[in-house]
Amino acid sequence: MAVIETRDLTYTYPGATEPSIKDVSITIDKGDFVILTGPSGCGKTTLCRCFNGLIPHFYNGNLEGKIEVAGLNVADHKIHQIARHVGFVFQNPENQLFALSVEKDVAFGLENFAMPRDEMRKRVDWSLQMAGISELSERPPHELSGGQQQRVAIASVLAMQPEIMILDEPTSFLDPVGAQKIFEVIKELNNKLGITIILVEHRLDLASNYANHVIVMDEGKVVLNGTPREIFTSEEARLIGVGIPKATRMYQQLKQNGVHLKTVPVTTEETVVLLREVLKHA
Amino acid sequence: MLEVKDLHFTYPTGVEALKGINLTIDDGEFLAVMGQNGAGKTTLVKHFNGLLKPSEGEVLVDGVSTRDVSVAKLARNVGFVFQNPDHQLFSETVEAEIAFALKNFGFEEAVIEKQVDWALNLLDVTKYRKTSPFMLSGGERKRVALASILAWDPKVIILDEPTIGQDYQQKEKLQQFILQLNAQKKTVIIVTHDVEFVAECNPRIILMTQGKILVDGVAEKILTDPKLLEQASIVPPQITQIFLRLADLGLPTDVIDVQKATKILLNRLRERS
Repeated sequence: MAVIETRDLTYTYPGATEPSIKDVSITIDKGDFVILTGPSGCGKTTLCRCFNGLIPHFYNGNLEGKIEVAGLNVADHKIHQIARHVGFVFQNPENQLFALSVEKDVAFGLENFAMPRDEMRKRVDWSLQMAGISELSERPPHELSGGQQQRVAIASVLAMQPEIMILDEPTSFLDPVGAQKIFEVIKELNNKLGITIILVEHRLDLASNYANHVIVMDEGKVVLNGTPREIFTSEEARLIGVGIPKATRMYQQLKQNGVHLKTVPVTTEETVVLLREVLKHA
Repeated sequence: MLEVKDLHFTYPTGVEALKGINLTIDDGEFLAVMGQNGAGKTTLVKHFNGLLKPSEGEVLVDGVSTRDVSVAKLARNVGFVFQNPDHQLFSETVEAEIAFALKNFGFEEAVIEKQVDWALNLLDVTKYRKTSPFMLSGGERKRVALASILAWDPKVIILDEPTIGQDYQQKEKLQQFILQLNAQKKTVIIVTHDVEFVAECNPRIILMTQGKILVDGVAEKILTDPKLLEQASIVPPQITQIFLRLADLGLPTDVIDVQKATKILLNRLRERS
């Protein structure tokens, strides 16, 4: 079942001469784990802003085409109505943190939903724990490191348990182990709670294990749309500059030199199995 | 040359971020500072241009203690590109942003113009010359911040998380020009979590954890030691993970990049056939 559907979506920021996204027609199903990727400046963040109504309601500008999110026509609904269904973790955590303690920041969205106090307490503790920052609950967010702030931003959106979660490079400031933990948390939310995930990410080596749907944009348009394997193994992906996993690149280089592995590997696991196979038969 | 001698630093909040760092970085070195969040990486490199002054110990830039010189003076030789570009961008156009420091350093108009063009071109942001930095995407802002530092041609360039928000092609370009700067005898210091990026550059690495240096050595040694990396919350590069798992077949375990990996596999397959 589609939870996000766009048809010929085109958007131009106020004062801009060129649209930032052009004729975007995509369908995202409920429970999908989507990676949205493409060269920097390709319109990923702009598209995400359409998913929660920041475009057109906050940014104004000119929106053409159709977009429906969680059954709501975005153009006809206010941001706060859409926010009930869609949580957004910004690229720059400083843009969304403002309270004097981590705990208050995480509770803010729930307060606005008028959640009973006991339940709010539980939710806040749960999301702090999920994000691995329980011990920071009393600290002021602006004194934390970039990586810690990113976890607070994730916790504050997690707390609301939205139907759809958009995360714009949510792990860019995190160390690899920290990033992996966050991806695992996101995957768990996806599996257990059925939350639809839209992850904007360049670090596909890390993220490709988790997604079932990859959308690649270039110059405002959707240029590739399919499963991780379909995308990473396509020649177009390489040309556009998508960060295909190193394992897949090694496969391509081996192929150029006449060594053919049975299938195209994306994960470490698959590569190890495939290489064992050829090395054994050599 | 940068010399760090028994450096301790405690933030006003009482958090001791650096607990006795000793380190020498020679002119023309390429160093990656890696380690988990909160390990003290950014705190350490902020000492190199005097943004932070040691609580104990000292930092010498070409033999002069950072305590004795202003940041403005140090900046001429040591350029610092912040992790978050919004912490450093403020001008109305990209062009003005890049020209700003050059004007402050008192360069002549003609030189400024030339350097601005050069930096715009180098970072692939010429088309945004007249655009406000704040209209750009996160990745593009990051490149403008980088351009504004490179423009005045400092001797030492510090890049705090330069690959954040950059796509694969931009990363390749970044890698190329870092190597190019390094070939021109510039000292390049990057703070990064991006193991895949480091694996392709192969610099000297210092691995930090909890305010201390855990280990100092070449990338091929450090990135292929999972136990060491684990202590610093770093995951080995994907190629290394693959080769470590194939060690029982007699393949080497110190492989970090795709080129070398492919070469080894091809040789092995040719030997056997």
